[in-house]
Amino acid sequence: MKKFINTLTNGIINENPTFRLLLGMCPTLATTSSAINGMGMGLSTMAVLICSNLFISILRNVIPDKVRIPCYVVVIATFVTIVDMLLEGFVPSLYSALGLYIPLIVVNCIILGRAEAFAAKNGPLLSIADGIGCGLGFTLSLTVIGAVREFLGAGTLFGIGIISGWYEPMLVMILAPGAFLVLGLMMGALNKLQEKKNA
Amino acid sequence: MKLILIVLSAIFVNNYVAVQFLGICPFLGVSKKVDTAIGMGMAVTFVMAIASAVTWVIQEFILNTLHLEYLQTISFILVIAALVQFVEMFLQKASPALYQALGVYLPLITTNCAVLGVAITNIDRGYNIIESIVNGTGGALGFTLAIVLFAGIRERLELANIPKCLEGFPIALISASMMALTFLGFQGLITL
Repeated sequence: MKKFINTLTNGIINENPTFRLLLGMCPTLATTSSAINGMGMGLSTMAVLICSNLFISILRNVIPDKVRIPCYVVVIATFVTIVDMLLEGFVPSLYSALGLYIPLIVVNCIILGRAEAFAAKNGPLLSIADGIGCGLGFTLSLTVIGAVREFLGAGTLFGIGIISGWYEPMLVMILAPGAFLVLGLMMGALNKLQEKKNA
Repeated sequence: MKLILIVLSAIFVNNYVAVQFLGICPFLGVSKKVDTAIGMGMAVTFVMAIASAVTWVIQEFILNTLHLEYLQTISFILVIAALVQFVEMFLQKASPALYQALGVYLPLITTNCAVLGVAITNIDRGYNIIESIVNGTGGALGFTLAIVLFAGIRERLELANIPKCLEGFPIALISASMMALTFLGFQGLITL
């Protein structure tokens, strides 16, 4: 049980996919134009990650070592297709906002990375914990980045107007350059905090 | 005429890296030196042009004819992975010099989301096969342009005096942001 909890929290803090491991940068930058979009992308990725981790872990003794990467990719692509269809059917607004980036979850390096580094070596239960942990870490990072960009770029949070009138939103923050800038500055701030902690 | 517009649009207006955020991993990962950036750009151009053609044929003659459109993601990623492997083996035999130069970057292209992205975009926009190949090549050239420019910036950053907490990735991202800002200047130039 302790191992289960450790694996879970590891993905959220120590091995946070976005800020620590710098994995899955494309969706991180592309879909965080608002907090809701970031969260939607994070949760979709988490769903795929948990399912693929579970199945790859179950199949880990069946899959031959030489063709493991194509096998992983097929498992992942299957779940991405399922998520793609579910989103199209039940949350069409999010589906149209994320667009191209949903099928691109297949090539998100977090998922293949966890399959190779964790699920291929551990049992199903721990692999699920790893999937939940990493998925939550990813969702959390994306939601925070999305919230910052939405706040600066549109003056709203989760679509609710926070500041209006006295503040002119910086539109560039929800456009492409803002994504790079916010992520870069946030990483810098985290490094600064770490420095202070160590000093 | 439309072909020229597609190329210009893919390189400048809808640059895959700076505007659409596709292929960010190699863009950040292998942009420390201009030489390697050029190698990566060449490899991507090669694979992306072929992938555009092959995925178009698969979509048109297999998925559409058999009504298997929902298998698009799975079949495309497998085709791209196989293609990269094939290109690698072919280059190893046919042109060992180029193979040496590209080295480790070739297998990495499988996980370059720009390749899958361009394949899906071609189908979504309803391009014919010529337009698909042109769009794929143009997009790859745009990727090459962005990664080579960025590598040039990063070579200079090595010598710059920057705050300790911003060293490495943070400053790279901030420079990328400035670069994306310049690409934003092309916005609205061409509407397809």
